[in-house]
Amino acid sequence: MKRGFGLFTALLVIILFAAFSFAAPAKAPYRIGAIFSVTGAASFLGEPEKNTVLMLAEQINAAGGINGHPLEVIIEDSKSDETQAVLAAKKLLEKDDVVAIIGPSTTGESMALVPIMTNAKTPLVSCAAGAGITQPVSERYWIFKSPQYDTSAVEAIYTYMKRQGIAKVGIVSIATGFGDAGRKALNDLAPKYGITIVADERYGPKDSDMTTQLAKIKAAGAQAVINWSVGPGQVVVTKNWNALKMGIPLYQSHGWGSKKNIELAGKAAEGVIAPLGRLVVWDKLADRHPQKALLKKYSQDYEAKFKGEPGTFGGHAYDSLMMVVEALKKVGPDKAKVRDYIENKIKKWPGTGGVFTMSPQDHCGLDKDAFEMVVVRNGDWEILK
Amino acid sequence: MTVFLQFLFSGLTVGAVYALVGLGFNIIYNATSIINLAQGEFVVIGGLVMWFFTQSVQLPFLPSLLLTLLTAGLIALLMERLTIKPLKKTDLLLMIMITVAVSILLRGLLMFKFGKEPYVYDPFTAGEPLQIHGAILQQQTLWIFGITLLCIVLIYLFFSRTLLGKAMRACAVNPTAAKLVGINVERMIMISFVLSAAMGALAGIAITPVSLMEYDKGPMLAVKGFSAAIMGGLGRGRGSVLGGFIIGILESMTAGYLHSGLKDAVALVIMLAVLFFKPAGLFGSKAMLQLRKF
Amino acid sequence: MSKGNRTAYAVFLVLIALFPLLFGKSSYTTSVALFAGINALVALGLSVLMGYAGQISLGQAGFYGIGAYVSALLSARYGVPVLLSLPAAMAVAAAAAVVLAIPALRLKGHYLAVATLGFGEIIHVVLNEWGPGGPSGFGDIPPLGILGYTLTSASAWFYFVWGIVAIVMLFSFNLIHSRNGRALRAIHDSETASNAMGVDVSALKVKVFVLSAVYAALAGGLYAHYVTFISPGSFSLFYSVLVLMMVVVGGINNLWGAVGGSLFITVLPEALRQFQEFDILAYGLILTLSLLFFRKGFVPLLIEKIRFRALRKSPRTAPSPPLGAEGAEAMGKGGRPDARD
Repeated sequence: MKRGFGLFTALLVIILFAAFSFAAPAKAPYRIGAIFSVTGAASFLGEPEKNTVLMLAEQINAAGGINGHPLEVIIEDSKSDETQAVLAAKKLLEKDDVVAIIGPSTTGESMALVPIMTNAKTPLVSCAAGAGITQPVSERYWIFKSPQYDTSAVEAIYTYMKRQGIAKVGIVSIATGFGDAGRKALNDLAPKYGITIVADERYGPKDSDMTTQLAKIKAAGAQAVINWSVGPGQVVVTKNWNALKMGIPLYQSHGWGSKKNIELAGKAAEGVIAPLGRLVVWDKLADRHPQKALLKKYSQDYEAKFKGEPGTFGGHAYDSLMMVVEALKKVGPDKAKVRDYIENKIKKWPGTGGVFTMSPQDHCGLDKDAFEMVVVRNGDWEILK
Repeated sequence: MTVFLQFLFSGLTVGAVYALVGLGFNIIYNATSIINLAQGEFVVIGGLVMWFFTQSVQLPFLPSLLLTLLTAGLIALLMERLTIKPLKKTDLLLMIMITVAVSILLRGLLMFKFGKEPYVYDPFTAGEPLQIHGAILQQQTLWIFGITLLCIVLIYLFFSRTLLGKAMRACAVNPTAAKLVGINVERMIMISFVLSAAMGALAGIAITPVSLMEYDKGPMLAVKGFSAAIMGGLGRGRGSVLGGFIIGILESMTAGYLHSGLKDAVALVIMLAVLFFKPAGLFGSKAMLQLRKF
Repeated sequence: MSKGNRTAYAVFLVLIALFPLLFGKSSYTTSVALFAGINALVALGLSVLMGYAGQISLGQAGFYGIGAYVSALLSARYGVPVLLSLPAAMAVAAAAAVVLAIPALRLKGHYLAVATLGFGEIIHVVLNEWGPGGPSGFGDIPPLGILGYTLTSASAWFYFVWGIVAIVMLFSFNLIHSRNGRALRAIHDSETASNAMGVDVSALKVKVFVLSAVYAALAGGLYAHYVTFISPGSFSLFYSVLVLMMVVVGGINNLWGAVGGSLFITVLPEALRQFQEFDILAYGLILTLSLLFFRKGFVPLLIEKIRFRALRKSPRTAPSPPLGAEGAEAMGKGGRPDARD
């Protein structure tokens, strides 16, 4: 016991020391911070994001860095928790003296960082979709985001539905920030497209059966189901939808864009429709499409390195990082100049999520044209015309 | 009618899992008075290890099943030997907290081995779902019911018919007296951990084909199973089974007839109401409650 | 307060004052420490409830959430000054605690644990469904302002939060050593006996429960105004369990244990950052080991160690009343505080 205590004290001292001191910086690298939900509830977002950033940094450095300066990306895990995200940002800003931060993965965490980044006068390029992250732009001077707006995804779905003559839909969404933002957008935009929402259901992130919600939607006379979620929930909904033989189409959010989902849902996924960024269907694009070359390289590199596909979310990290990298290349490690560059010079800039055009009025730079409506057919994606 | 039946089936499916987890809580509680909050992790272990044996090693169904149960039992054995046994005769709360610590550790190990993505494998039997009055019942759901029923019967027979089971019950009622008549109390505790882990794993094996499984599903299952066990009355196996089904059906009916966002809350409010009017749970006896510190 | 505790308290105050000198002025370090302070407030409440009244709660996150949401909502939406919205939030939490405590405290052990857990989860669902911003949470919460001076820097916040912790500690120590405190410990040992001695057991239990809820609400309010963004995710069962862990790891029978435990549990994940993915493994392992090896919590052991040193240095002076007398003495008695004072 006595010795155990000595050990324990030593451990505590080491921990404190490790926590409160950090190695001195090396020779003039460009430092970018990255905060992702590598573990915790949103870890399915953080994983591909982290992999992407690691891979890109390696590629950039292998090619001689940014104007000869090595690129150093310091990745912090926010554990899908706002408090942790705040601490991670403070650590990156002070201990690592980063010139910009990319991430976090979720809207809540990004919102929690807004005051910190504004105080520190350091640009943040979030990998989360919530509109509140960059709006109102006047109060989000230092904040950008790379994912498309939820409203754009909703508009893409509604536009397509209108053409199909669907007027009554039932919504089922996950009770998290992601699901909630989608749910709001679906409700807000429905009147504009002449769509009535006949049921608005929810489920928890770890729920294992959604047949009740779907049965209710069916009973309410919906002509289509829209599920808004990321993670395992969307597969469970797909399986339940298939088992119930609902006879109405299932639409998913833009979070559906991963082959893994088709694999997990198996045959049940046949016929599921979703608005997806072009990353997952790059091989079906015309050769002269401005995004094709970079999508091809990114997908193939990622697959070779991590034996899986990056998915839409890895793509967000790609876009966030590359915007900052390009700014660094052009203006050097000056926080204010990097910000100005992203706001004013990212025009018709092809990324994985779409072709970005930033402006002082828009810190996202994408609209509904960033999406293709994609259906699952024979276990593969197929673009709907 | 159709819709009601559909809600009911959904509630029963979810409730069966809660019931199995609750039953697992009870077995350990009866032997030790503690609540093993790592119980949910054993459900996850069931699903993920089963995936490993059937999909990764490609073993047939039955050997995979046995190996999975064995793995879960072994992990529980290790857990009991390394963390519960050394703490015996200290504070109960400490023992409960260490099961929380172990659950975090197990989650870490599972994440390390299996990563964060969900896993799934084929249902036990292929084929079209059944139609009952227009409501749909998946074949796997029948398997889940079957397994739950089997567990209840086996547990009942074990505790009422076998010497070992009777000995375990004796430990629960009075450990000192049990020791005096020559029952190896320590071994009984060990067996209770293995048994309840196997049962949790069985639940995981059965639900993975319909509800998927990922490394961090455990805590939610533990909370629901714990509520089920409490609602039925701790120490009462049949009580916790009923508690599980009640909570499952309540959730489903709330989602169906009230609002799906409130399903967890309504189930909890009713559970609280039950506790406030019947502080020992639906089937628990107040006299027995007085005898226990926890 | 015993002499030992008085010395410890003085050292504690000095440590707070000297923090920037000891650990640097970085706002990161300071933020970690101030989050530890916020957690310490919740843990102190739970420590009084568990260590002294013998009641368990897995619902502290509920009160923490009420504190955060009520104070944030009043100040952000209705323009109430934070110095008023904080007490209002504490009052709301107190009311909720009374409503919950009267039926719930008739329950014992696991049943009480589940009842409080259920309460916490209900609050979580309510925040998710009806809270401003729903699951996405809401931001632009005004920071704390005192007499025209707005707390913005992390170090100002640090002193404010730890100042409050110091006051709350003082208050709690006095409570424990008051008549009520002695009655509380009597309840812990035997409710029947204390009832027979004329202690109004149920009223006292309710009071302590309310006190712990108020501490948690205060902490929640501070959290909301410091981070200026809140969402229901921060107020889930996970947090209740975390606070319970802080109290148990630090030492359940000693208020210093609650503070030490909060520091440990808050700093640990930061220290494990460099392990990246392995941190959850390391975290679980360290928690398991510390529970296994320091069954009474590490703070009482630390105290014993210091006393041992002191005794060896001056063998002739009579041993002073032990630091955290209630904790140290209790060690011989299966971890329960002693009823004697």
